[in-house]
Amino acid sequence: MNKDTKIWTIVFMVGLVLLVIRSFMVGGLFGTAYVSVEQMEYAEVSGGVGEENWVNINSEEALDFDLTQAPDRITWTKFEQASPKQFDEAVLADPNQDSYRFSLPRTVGLWLAVFFTMAIFSFLYKDNPFYKIAESVVVGVSAAYWMVVGFWNVMIPNLFGMINSNLVNGWAMPGLADDESHYIYLIPLILGIMLLMRLSPKGAWISRWPLAFIIGTTAGIRLLGFFHGDFLAQIRNSIAPIYSTTPQLAADGTAILDAATGLPVMGFDFWDSMRNILMIVGVLSCLVYFFFSFEHKGAVGKVAKLGIWYMMITFGAAFGFTVMGRIALLSIRLEFLFDDWLWLIDPTGKRLADTVGIIMSSVPMLS
Amino acid sequence: MYEFLKNLDRRWIFLMMLLAVAIPILLELKFPEKPTGLAQAVFDEIDKLPEGAPVLLAFDFDPASEGELGPMATAFTFHCATKKLKMYYMTLWPVGPRMIEDCIAKVIKPDFPDMKYGEDWVNLGYKSGYEGVIKVIVTDLKQLYTTDHFGAAIDSIPMMQNIQSVQDFDLVINCSAGYAGTKEWVQYASTPFPEQIRIVAGCTGVQSPLLYPYIPNQLPGLLGAIKGAAEYEKLVMDKYVRAFDREPDPKYLEGIRRMGPQLVAHLLMIFFIIVGNWVYFTGKKREAQS
Repeated sequence: MNKDTKIWTIVFMVGLVLLVIRSFMVGGLFGTAYVSVEQMEYAEVSGGVGEENWVNINSEEALDFDLTQAPDRITWTKFEQASPKQFDEAVLADPNQDSYRFSLPRTVGLWLAVFFTMAIFSFLYKDNPFYKIAESVVVGVSAAYWMVVGFWNVMIPNLFGMINSNLVNGWAMPGLADDESHYIYLIPLILGIMLLMRLSPKGAWISRWPLAFIIGTTAGIRLLGFFHGDFLAQIRNSIAPIYSTTPQLAADGTAILDAATGLPVMGFDFWDSMRNILMIVGVLSCLVYFFFSFEHKGAVGKVAKLGIWYMMITFGAAFGFTVMGRIALLSIRLEFLFDDWLWLIDPTGKRLADTVGIIMSSVPMLS
Repeated sequence: MYEFLKNLDRRWIFLMMLLAVAIPILLELKFPEKPTGLAQAVFDEIDKLPEGAPVLLAFDFDPASEGELGPMATAFTFHCATKKLKMYYMTLWPVGPRMIEDCIAKVIKPDFPDMKYGEDWVNLGYKSGYEGVIKVIVTDLKQLYTTDHFGAAIDSIPMMQNIQSVQDFDLVINCSAGYAGTKEWVQYASTPFPEQIRIVAGCTGVQSPLLYPYIPNQLPGLLGAIKGAAEYEKLVMDKYVRAFDREPDPKYLEGIRRMGPQLVAHLLMIFFIIVGNWVYFTGKKREAQS
């Protein structure tokens, strides 16, 4: 047995022992998921908002109709996520209740989420098969999810629905309104088919035409956005007064008005002026740094150096924000492991038994 | 000591960081928050809207950034629902509809049960096309959104009757994790229509520095990372919950709760930076001496 195998075996064994201990402490299985169960029954009625309408027979809306005259019914069972606390309370009130129940699929899902979280974390130690499995699953599931969402949210309502809404109505999306056919949408359909020709060994060149269209339109849209939203608007935002004024306030917080003109009396705003000066100096010095037509010597060199300092401070701030973001992400994964899986903490009151109390009270310093 | 630190395996640093985040979570450490001007600006933009005003909530994020943006989304929804604004949800990210549904299940269904789908809130769902979608819906929303997320015809939804484009919303609230997100909303919505479209946003830490140049002309308010979320949570909870001598539900304090691990982890990070620099300069000094 090599060193890595030994380490992994030890980690697994220790983890297993800890889980068994945890199970004893909780007094059963932890990391379980529950659902609320609701029987839904809808009746088809006439009148109301539309000509024919389905109403929930248990809703207030149903009181407006004579349901004895509505023989057509549809029923189904609705499951929604419930907390262990809701389940425990329901069982305590009535041991034979059927409003809440243990959910095996969601529990398996939770444990799978735990497995994948741990598998991804394991990369911090070393690349390993568990990480590879998790990585491959993410890639595969994401690709499939994008495809399905793109088909049902875009292609069906926005392409086929536009070309022939009656067909889509009857086949895939009953809620889609009947509308006249917009045959102009045949053009994107044809372009889409041409794009798929990329898969053909001989007709791959055909996909270049729609690709050229995509590149052209995207470049045009983005150019406009950056020119308008960034280039022009940022020039405008950089034109700021270095001597900034603000209305003078009386002791009660109201603006002091000039007796002669009736306008507010303006006074020097030191901090706003400083901010504007720093901003303008920063913009100019950074621009000088990227101005390579002159050698960065003498006065130009000093201003360029100031520009470097500005940029270094900006990069530092960006790095600080990135660290904050990454810690927040680590934080939520650990919260998930401690709260939903191990039941070590309960910040949102999801369980009846405060299991963290048991842990904390067992450590004298923390109790 | 120098040799030990120079040859320290980076995995020990990972372990220390793990403990720095894990221990405050287990001990549920919390620290007081003082809202800054940007969080106040976001709060004021929403708070000044009259009852029934239509707001577009664009949740452009996925589970990968839920830790940072989830608390903002929850607080935005709570604030809007408390003020009885009409909430229109949409997303430019494929997994966004799930984030929207989670937020609705967390806030509207349990705490605002009188609100009705189609009258008080609607989920318009996802459309592919990134900034192309924004470019279209700023002038004609129904050209792209022919149905809601569940496939119901857009014209059959009562609260969609008076909405023709994004210009009809009193405010756009964006939660952004990257492309497409706040940058694109600023470029294609608030910049071309400065009088008609106002945007406030909450974004990830990585994005924040890129969005500061838009403040305040193109973007009146911005919540940067989990810190921004915590500040905004405090403002909302102070005004709408604590002012009535009630304690907020812990689910509305996720941002504040996650600031505990932040503090400890940042202290550790500063310690690492100092130690790293000491090792670097000591090494250079020793090289020069030898």
